[in-house]
Amino acid sequence: MPAVSKGDGMRGLAVFISDIRNCKSKEAEIKRINKELANIRSKFKGDKALDGYSKKKYVCKLLFIFLLGHDIDFGHMEAVNLLSSNKYTEKQIGYLFISVLVNSNSELIRLINNAIKNDLASRNPTFMCLALHCIANVGSREMAEAFASEIPRILVAGDTMDSVKQSAALCLLRLYKTSPDLVPMGEWTSRVVHLLNDQHMGVVTAAVSLITCLCKKNPDDFKTCVSLAVSRLSRIVSSASTDLQDYTYYFVPAPWLSVKLLRLLQCYPPPEDAAVKGRLVECLETVLNKAQEPPKSKKVQHSNAKNAILFEAISLIIHYDSEPNLLVRACNQLGQFLQHRETNLRYLALESMCTLASSEFSHEAVKTHIETVINALKTERDVSVRQRAADLLYAMCDRTNAKQIVSEMLSYLETADYSIREEIVLKVAILAEKYAVDYSWYVDTILNLIRIAGDYVSEEVWYRVIQIVINRDDVQGYAAKTVFEALQAPACHENMVKVGGYILGEFGNLIAGDPRSSPLVQFNLLHSKFHLCSVATRALLLSTYIKFINLFPETKATIQEVLRSDSQIRNADVELQQRAVEYLKLSSIASTDVLATVLEEMPPFPERESSILAKLKKKKGPGAGSELDDGKKEPGAEINGGMDPSASTASTPSPSADLLGLRAAPPAGSAAPTSAGNLLVDVFSDSPAAAPGLAPGTEENFLSTGAAASVCEDPALPLSEADELLNKFVCKNNGVLFENQLLQIGVKSEFRQNLGRMYLFYGNKTSVQFQSFTPTVTYPGELQSQLNIQTKAVDPLVEGGAQVQQVLNIECLSDFTLAPLINIKFRYGGTLQNITLKLPITLNKFFQATEMQSQDFFQRWKQLSLPQQEAQKIFKANHPMDPEVTKAKLLGFGSALLDKVDPNPDNFVGAGIIQTKSLQVGCLLRLEPNAQAQMYRLTLRTSKEAVSRHLCELLSEQF
Amino acid sequence: MRGGAGPGRATGTGARGRDGRGGAMMRFMLLFSRQGKLRLQKWCVAAGERERRKMVRELMQVVLARKPKMCSFLEWRDLKVVYKRYASLYFCCAIEGPDNELLTLELIHRYVELLDKYFGSVCELDIIFNFEKAYFILDEFLMGGEIQDTSKKSVLKAIEQADLLQEEDESPRSVLEEMGLA
Repeated sequence: MPAVSKGDGMRGLAVFISDIRNCKSKEAEIKRINKELANIRSKFKGDKALDGYSKKKYVCKLLFIFLLGHDIDFGHMEAVNLLSSNKYTEKQIGYLFISVLVNSNSELIRLINNAIKNDLASRNPTFMCLALHCIANVGSREMAEAFASEIPRILVAGDTMDSVKQSAALCLLRLYKTSPDLVPMGEWTSRVVHLLNDQHMGVVTAAVSLITCLCKKNPDDFKTCVSLAVSRLSRIVSSASTDLQDYTYYFVPAPWLSVKLLRLLQCYPPPEDAAVKGRLVECLETVLNKAQEPPKSKKVQHSNAKNAILFEAISLIIHYDSEPNLLVRACNQLGQFLQHRETNLRYLALESMCTLASSEFSHEAVKTHIETVINALKTERDVSVRQRAADLLYAMCDRTNAKQIVSEMLSYLETADYSIREEIVLKVAILAEKYAVDYSWYVDTILNLIRIAGDYVSEEVWYRVIQIVINRDDVQGYAAKTVFEALQAPACHENMVKVGGYILGEFGNLIAGDPRSSPLVQFNLLHSKFHLCSVATRALLLSTYIKFINLFPETKATIQEVLRSDSQIRNADVELQQRAVEYLKLSSIASTDVLATVLEEMPPFPERESSILAKLKKKKGPGAGSELDDGKKEPGAEINGGMDPSASTASTPSPSADLLGLRAAPPAGSAAPTSAGNLLVDVFSDSPAAAPGLAPGTEENFLSTGAAASVCEDPALPLSEADELLNKFVCKNNGVLFENQLLQIGVKSEFRQNLGRMYLFYGNKTSVQFQSFTPTVTYPGELQSQLNIQTKAVDPLVEGGAQVQQVLNIECLSDFTLAPLINIKFRYGGTLQNITLKLPITLNKFFQATEMQSQDFFQRWKQLSLPQQEAQKIFKANHPMDPEVTKAKLLGFGSALLDKVDPNPDNFVGAGIIQTKSLQVGCLLRLEPNAQAQMYRLTLRTSKEAVSRHLCELLSEQF
Repeated sequence: MRGGAGPGRATGTGARGRDGRGGAMMRFMLLFSRQGKLRLQKWCVAAGERERRKMVRELMQVVLARKPKMCSFLEWRDLKVVYKRYASLYFCCAIEGPDNELLTLELIHRYVELLDKYFGSVCELDIIFNFEKAYFILDEFLMGGEIQDTSKKSVLKAIEQADLLQEEDESPRSVLEEMGLA
C-alpha cells in the first residue's frame, strides 16, 4: 500500500491497484481483473441500490482497468448517473470516466448532454468548469451541436467568474476546431478580442489561444487584436521579473502568454499603424537584447522560458521578413546558439536558421555559419540534430558554396545513419544538378552517390543522370569514361551497373579508341557483372549488348554467342528469354542499315523539371506537412511525381516502331494503360530494347503500370495516374480497378444514402501462390473523420489462378475530398509486392437524385447565390459530345436529370442531395455544352463551398 | 505572409513547421515508466482506441531507445515530440509543427511541480495509486491541448478547493466495510 492517499482515498481502489501490481504474470492480472469485473457487474446489476460513494469507486476501478489497456463494455450508465450527483467528487469521477471512455452511443450522449446542460446552468463555477472540461475533452460533433451557441454567451457574460471564462474560451476553441461550422460568429467576437485587456492573466492566456484560431478564417473580424496584442506584449516584456507575481516563471514574466501573443501576431502582416509597429519592433529588440543579458537564474527552466520567447520572436521576425536589421540580429543570435552546450538549443537554432536561410535579407548572414553547421553534421551525437544540420546545409546552399556542401554531405553519407541516408541522397542529387557549373562534376557526384550509398539511390536519381548525359553532348565522353572506370571496382553496386550499362550502350564508342577500353574490354567488363544482377538489370544489359552489336560490329559474334546460350535463350524468365530471342534474331536478319536505324542513339529528352525536385516541390505544397514527413522516412521513394503527361503518349515516333512488330504485341505499351509519363517507361520506350514488362520475381518496380505498383513504400500513387484511375469510376460502380501481370482487382459497389458496400475481387493471374496477402485501407489527411470503412481480413494465401473477395462496408460521415487508399501487400516468389491504389469512393457516390419542377429549381438556384456556394468550370471536351452519353454520365454521377427546366434544350440540369451522416447537402448542377467550340461549362451550386468545388472537379473530368 | 522558400531556392524537407502556424496545440501527453508501462495518457484530439494503442507503443519504443543527453525534441510521424525524464518516469508530449518546443518542455516541468506540490515530493507510485488525481490536476492546467492557467497558485487553489469539497461530503467509513466491498 502506498504511503500517500490524499483526499478521499478510496481504499477499495487502492487495494485493487495493489493486487494488480502484485500479479506475477499477465495471466494472473487478467484473472484478477476478470474477478473484479464480475464483482462490479454484479454490484451494478444487484437489487440493492448503490450509494454514490460505491458507484464512484466502481466507476473509478473500471476506469483504471480501461487505462491498463483492457476493454470496458459496461458502467457507462453508472458514470452518467454520477454526473447528476451533487457531490463534487462523484461528479468529477463521472466526468473523468466520460471524458476518457465516451463512445458514440447516441442514447448516452443525450443523457450526458443533459447533465452538462444542468451543470452549465447551475451557476456553480466548479460544476461549470467540470462540464466545460468534459465538452472540450470529448469534443464531438454532437456536443458541438448542443453547446456551441451556449458557450460564447458564458464566455462574454459580465458576471462569469474568471476561472469559468478561461474554461469557456478553451472549450469553445476545441469545438471550433472540430466543428467550425457549428460555432456561430457574432457580436461576441468583438468582446472576445477585448478580453486581451482583461486584468486576469489566465483569462488573457486562454483568450489569445481562442483568437489565434478564430482569426485564421476571419482575419478581418479580429483585426483589432493586433494593436491590443502589441500593447499587452509590450507591457509584459518591459515589466520587471517580479511584477507579474505568480505569472512569472523562474524570473521570466509570463512566458506562455508572451509566446501566445507572438504567435497571434504571426497570423497577420506587420502592423500598418506606424506607432503600433514601432512599439512592436521595440518589443522584439528588447527580447533580442535580453538574450544577451546575464541569466537571472542558473536553472534550466529560466533559460528555457526565456529562449522560448526568443525563438517565437525570431519566428515573427522571419514571418514579417521585412526588417533586415532584425533578421540579421536574429541570425547572429541563432549563430551563438549553434555552439551552445545545450543540445536542445543547438537543435532549435539549426531548425530556425533553416527558415532564415530562405529570406533574401538573411541568406548571406546564414551562410557565414557554414563551418559550424558542417561541424555539427560531423560531430553531433544525436541523429535528430544531425538531421537538422543536413537540412540547414541544404537550405543555405547556393552556387557559391555548392561544391563544398555537396562534398561534405557526400563524406557524411559514408557514415550517416541509415534512417536519413535516403534523404541525404536526394538532397545531394538535387543540389548537384541545380548548381552544376560543369556537368562532369555532376556526373562524378551522382556516381559517387551510387558508390557510397547505392542502396539508397532511388531510381529517379539514376534516371536523371542518364537524362542529363543524353541531353548534353559535352559530357557524354566523360560520362562513358567515368562509368567505365567505376565499373572496374571489384564490387560495384547494381545501380552502377545499370547506369554503366546504359551509358556505355549509348556512348561506349566515345572511349573505344583507347585500347584499354576497347569494345571487347567494355563488353567483358559489363558481362562480368551480368550474372550477379537482378533480372531487371540483366534485361537492361541485354539491350546494351544489342546496342554494342550496332556500335561495334566486331563484338557481334561474341554477343550472339552470349544471347544464344541456354541461360539466356532458355531463361525461365520470360522477359529475358524474349529479349534474348528477339535480339538474336534482329542481329542476324537485319541489315547494318536497319540495325543502325533501330539502334540509333537515344534522342534528347524533352527538357523538364527534375523529377526529384518536382517531388520535393509537390510535397511542400499546402497541407503537405505530414506527407512530407512520411515520405521522408520511407525508403525507396516513388518516381515521377506528375510528369509531363505528353511524354508517354506522344513519345518521339521512332523509325524502329515497325521493326518492333517482330514482337507480337509490345508488352509495355499495352500493359500500361494508365502509365503517365513514367520516366522509366520513357527511357525505354524510345529504345528498341523496349518493354520493361513485368518480370516475375524481380525486385525492381518494372511493373506494368509504371510506378503504380512499385515496391516502394510510399503510399501515394503518382497523382496524375491515380486520379485517372479514380476518374474512371466517378460515374460507374463496376469494373477493373487495377491490373498488372500478377494481379487483377475488380470492383463492384452499390451505394444508398450515406452507406455503401463495395466488393473487391482480387485475382491471382499467376500459377503461383501469393503469400501474406494483406489489403489495408488507409485514410489520407482528414478522411479518417469523414469516412468510415469496415473490412474483414482476407485469407493471406491466394492460390494461383484463384480469386478472393473482400467486402467493404462504407459509411460517409461528412463530406470529403480525398479518396481512401487501399494498400495491398503480398509475397510473390519471395519478393514483396506493394501496391497502393485509390479506392473509387468519391463524394458523388452518396448522391441521391431529387426530381423537381422548373420553378422549384430556379427558386433554389437563386437561394444558393453566394459566391462561395457556386463552383464553375469551363473546359474542353475530351470525348465526342454525344448528348446520350452525357445523360448517362450525369445519371451515373448520381444526380437526377431534370427535363424541361433549362430554356435551352441542349443544356443539362440536375439536382440531388449528398447524404452524409452528419449533414445533407443539396446540390444543383447545370452543364452547358457548346458543340461549336467543343467546350462545356459546368456550374454547381450547393450549400457548402467545399462540396461545390469538389463535385465540380470530379464531374468536369468526365466529358 | 511569406511563401516559404525564396525564389529559386528549395528549402529542404526538414524546413517545415513554422510556416503552418496557427492551430498549434498539443495532440497528446503520455507518462510512462522506464519499463514501458503507461501511467497516464491524455488525448487532446479524437483518435480510435486501436490507433492510440499503436501510437503509444511506437512512441514509447522510440523514446526509450534514446540515450541521456540527447536532444529533448524529435520528429515523429507528422508531429514533434517533446519529452523529459523525471526519475523513473518519462513525460512525453506530442505537439504540432508550429508549437513552441521549449515552452512545452516547461509545461511538462510545471505539471511535475504541481504534482510534486500536491503529493509532496511525488513519485511514480503516487501517480499509479492516485491516477484520477493526476488527471484532475492536468485538467486544471490544460484544456483541449491548450494551457489554461500558468499560475501554479490558481491551479493548486482549484485542486485544493475540490479536495475541500470532497472532505465535506465524505463521511468516514470503516475499514471493514471497505474490505467487504472490495
